[in-house]
Amino acid sequence: MDIIYDPFRVIGDALRGLLGGFGLPDWAVQLIMIVIGVSVLVVFAMLTMMFLTWLERKLIARIQDRVGPNRVGPLGLLQPVADMVKLFTKEFIIPTNADKVIYYLAPIIFVIPAFMVFAVMPFDRHAIISDLNIGWLYIVAIGSTSTIALLMAGWSSNNKYALLGGMRAVAQFVSYEIPQVLSVVGILLLVGSLRMGAIVEAQNTIWFVLLQPVAFVIFLLSTISEINRTPFDLPEAESEIIAGYHTEYGAIGFALFSLAEFINMFAASALAATIFFGGWQGPILPGWLWFLIKSYAMVFVMIWLRGTLPRLRVDQLMNFAWKVLVPLSLVNLTLAGVGVSVMNYYGWQLSSLPGVLFAFGTFLVFNVIMVLLFLALYRTPKVERRNVVLVKQASKSRPQTPAAASGR
Amino acid sequence: MLGDYAAVGVLLAIVLTIPIGGYVVTWLLRPKRAYPLKQQTYECGLETTGDTWVQFKVQYYIFALIFVVFDIETVFIYPWAVAYKQTGLFALVEMMIFILILVMGLAYAWRKGALEWV
Repeated sequence: MDIIYDPFRVIGDALRGLLGGFGLPDWAVQLIMIVIGVSVLVVFAMLTMMFLTWLERKLIARIQDRVGPNRVGPLGLLQPVADMVKLFTKEFIIPTNADKVIYYLAPIIFVIPAFMVFAVMPFDRHAIISDLNIGWLYIVAIGSTSTIALLMAGWSSNNKYALLGGMRAVAQFVSYEIPQVLSVVGILLLVGSLRMGAIVEAQNTIWFVLLQPVAFVIFLLSTISEINRTPFDLPEAESEIIAGYHTEYGAIGFALFSLAEFINMFAASALAATIFFGGWQGPILPGWLWFLIKSYAMVFVMIWLRGTLPRLRVDQLMNFAWKVLVPLSLVNLTLAGVGVSVMNYYGWQLSSLPGVLFAFGTFLVFNVIMVLLFLALYRTPKVERRNVVLVKQASKSRPQTPAAASGR
Repeated sequence: MLGDYAAVGVLLAIVLTIPIGGYVVTWLLRPKRAYPLKQQTYECGLETTGDTWVQFKVQYYIFALIFVVFDIETVFIYPWAVAYKQTGLFALVEMMIFILILVMGLAYAWRKGALEWV
């Protein structure tokens, strides 16, 4: 049973025993273990990316009442392989005026943080590459590196659309990082640690989404924006700026960009599952299966959002970040601080049942207050008066034709 | 402690091989028949006019400035959040004052129209 419920520890122990049997020193065994673990992780990420491209096309097709890829392999499952072969054998065209070094570097720099984020991701109780004590901060730091790659891609292509896409990407990522980072502070207050393992372990009685629902919504929206997906995919809005920052990238460049984007999508889903839905914690089923179920549920939500919502306008996007999400996350942060103070004052622990119930009640009241406040302040979006005035002036200044004068 | 980061270093080294390996493989497999017409900038099928690398509006950089303010704030809030359970009510009041000052800053920027995307 152990091999099902805790496979990573069983296999790890077996490997360690095997390597120790060769008479290797401790540090060498440790190093080889790390290399094996990391290789497995990288292969897993690549397979996930291939599966996700298929899943997204299939689901979007279903939502749009189509069939989706169904020719290559059963149910079209081998479609990603065919795509990969195609992208690898295509000619890699570099525009004459491009800044060649930066043009080559941008996809590399975009791919690396996508994988690096998984270093602190707790897949299971004993399946975490490196449980850093600054886990979440590490993810924020690594994750924001990709912004530079997008600006590099946009700038070096020497294409106006690409430049606009890159600039938009920077503005958007910079804006949405604030609510994303602030929404997690409530969780950190409850856990008292930045370690991802500790965040998961703190949720064995109650998921944090129940204590911090508003924080979860803020986190989800800003994360979708950070990973650049519809309805926030302004940097690559094809109806406005062709393909944004990767307009000039074909073949392997494009393959690397989409590789990183799909891995980012899975990383974001896994993060939401880990921070707000208890990660690998769950009854009956083994931990790694719970982790995958929760992550893919979040993936499904993201694809669903893409299939349902239209794209925002760029000024709406920036307004939404600075005028809605940032104030809301500051209020949320303050109320979370007050809530944790109340918990500390009465000595409620999340490990005991009454403590959980009292904490849940307190945070529920705070969150309801916050939502009501939000609805009261933001209920009606402002009518764009400027346009109305322009239309009125236009109709006034129009010369009166006989038909209009007679009131028809 | 250092061992934790060794794993991150190994991950970085292995991940580096993916894009570089991709470039190498595609360099071996791809056709290489470039000519000037093909290498033109992809822009509506017309030749580009004017310089691409233009200056951006100053409004754009104001967002970056506000971001820096809030990002530094995060640096202060995270240690506060982690050590919160040990510090008690004093920390809460102090952080509220800190956030209040920030909110005033945000309100000022909002009022001045710095948050308008034009």
